[in-house]
Amino acid sequence: MTAVSTPASLQRSMHAMDNAEVLRIRNDFPVLDQLVNGKPLIYLDSGATSQNPLSVIEAEQEYYEQRNAAVHRGAHHLAVEATEVFEDARQTVADFIGARYEETVWTSNATEGLNLISYALSNAALWAAQGRGGSGLKDLAIGPGDEIVVTEMEHHANLIPWQELAFRTGATLKYIPVTDEGILRLDAAGDIVGERTKLLAFTHASNVLGTINPVPELVAMARRVGALVVLDACQSVPHMAVDVKELDVDFAVFSGHKMLAPTGVGVMYGKQELLDVMPPFLTGGSMITTVTMERAEYLPAPQRFEAGTQRISQAVALATAVNYLTETGIDRIHAWETELGQRLVKGLESIDGIRVVGPASGLERIGLAAFDVAGVHAHDVGQFLDDRGIAVRVGHHCAQPLHRRLGLTATTRASTYLYNTTDDVDAFLDAVSGVRAYFQA
Amino acid sequence: MSLDQLYQQIILDHSKQRHGSGLAETDAPDGTSTGQSHQLNPVCGDEVTLRLAVSDGTVQQISWDGAGCSISMASASVLSELGEGMSVAELHSVIDNFREVLRSRGKIQADPEILGDAAAFEGVARYAARVKCAMISWVAAEDALNQATA
Repeated sequence: MTAVSTPASLQRSMHAMDNAEVLRIRNDFPVLDQLVNGKPLIYLDSGATSQNPLSVIEAEQEYYEQRNAAVHRGAHHLAVEATEVFEDARQTVADFIGARYEETVWTSNATEGLNLISYALSNAALWAAQGRGGSGLKDLAIGPGDEIVVTEMEHHANLIPWQELAFRTGATLKYIPVTDEGILRLDAAGDIVGERTKLLAFTHASNVLGTINPVPELVAMARRVGALVVLDACQSVPHMAVDVKELDVDFAVFSGHKMLAPTGVGVMYGKQELLDVMPPFLTGGSMITTVTMERAEYLPAPQRFEAGTQRISQAVALATAVNYLTETGIDRIHAWETELGQRLVKGLESIDGIRVVGPASGLERIGLAAFDVAGVHAHDVGQFLDDRGIAVRVGHHCAQPLHRRLGLTATTRASTYLYNTTDDVDAFLDAVSGVRAYFQA
Repeated sequence: MSLDQLYQQIILDHSKQRHGSGLAETDAPDGTSTGQSHQLNPVCGDEVTLRLAVSDGTVQQISWDGAGCSISMASASVLSELGEGMSVAELHSVIDNFREVLRSRGKIQADPEILGDAAAFEGVARYAARVKCAMISWVAAEDALNQATA
């Protein structure tokens, strides 16, 4: 467990974000400038989906106004231009996460990325069984007696694909437990990740608890037994500097719409040596070399995993979003959101009848907090807040097993981003403090 | 539309003092048929299991078990209070009326003569995301009623 602190390098090298800067940032986001139920919108649901700055919206529009064409085919001017911006976008996003161009695969979103990995791995078992593909495939093949390990804090997107992979291959799914405080139990993990473990999948940062998981320790456990590591980076890449090479994970996924980009685009990162031997998931046009009546040969990554016409405008917009984050400074954003997260938790802890899930104030967490209100259902809390123009998420946040583990069915979650001020957090806290009285709880 | 019109006092009261809460025994005397239905709203996790008994064309008992928001719990409570003693046809027609009001986006006013306390849910019709909360136990009742009279 790490106490919250701002790295010295950050303190030295750049000035911290403040409310004045955030208000200037907010001017770039048209959707945030509106009244909801007669009150100024306070958007605290970026953990579900973030808003788009004008530059991102315009990038998509500009693509359609000036360059739209099918990429990777056709010799005409527009096709060349479209291919160029599409592949430039890939390089921009690859650079942002420390990956190589060839290792950065477009997907619809993180969920599709995780399913891609899951299906490619069960295809690896099928291919290996029939002697198809290289000898490296045997290492990827999962079968009966093998184990897949996830954690109790996973989003359904990083859980169900592995349940289904276990079903298809005859492998067993095991869970690393979390403590009552929402911290991964590394002591137990040491026993669970064993010789039979072929794959370890876990979230970098929990979308419910706010916990940031110790990637190096978990990767080390997987390496000791030769297991693959899949990182769900949905709640980390948008909010903090993530270098996939430094983390040394085998795969990582994230969604564009949680990082200022439109819906419909996401990324699956995979180490090149794995992607080059891994069978494809979706097959069809744009990912082949030679096709005969009987069979096909496939391109190397990334095209190997990008069948059909791609989400070109969204990819271009995602690169624009990355530029926006980079220009603001991802480390500065992380520091600001850490401050907002601590303010959220500290404030919630001081309100009677509120139980915050995840690490207590003072302990490391990302800029979100989920909580239970004694005697009031989360849905009612959300309605009460919406009446005051405050947008939060209510429910199980696609993490039913985690909620069951915590003894809850639903929680309310406030999640921040670079366009939230401390005043937003304070207005939210003020509203929450009136919830129980309103519902006579 | 204010929040107070959604959360009328009668709804808050029913959400706490829940009529019919706790599933009744299934053993039914001769001539009584029963039906049971479980409904789940996967979006929010609201859940209701409702059981009812019918004899001589009359709804004898409505009991339920559930977990969810104040709207869904109050709605189940009001329904069980309102529906007991009604004829099968009456309850069907009240359910139809309730659904019509809730799906009207506020265009159709609730008639307290028909809906009794359930008229208090009129305000829910203006909150599209909450209509399912109010409907969940009524959908269960309709399903259970169909089973009991099949």
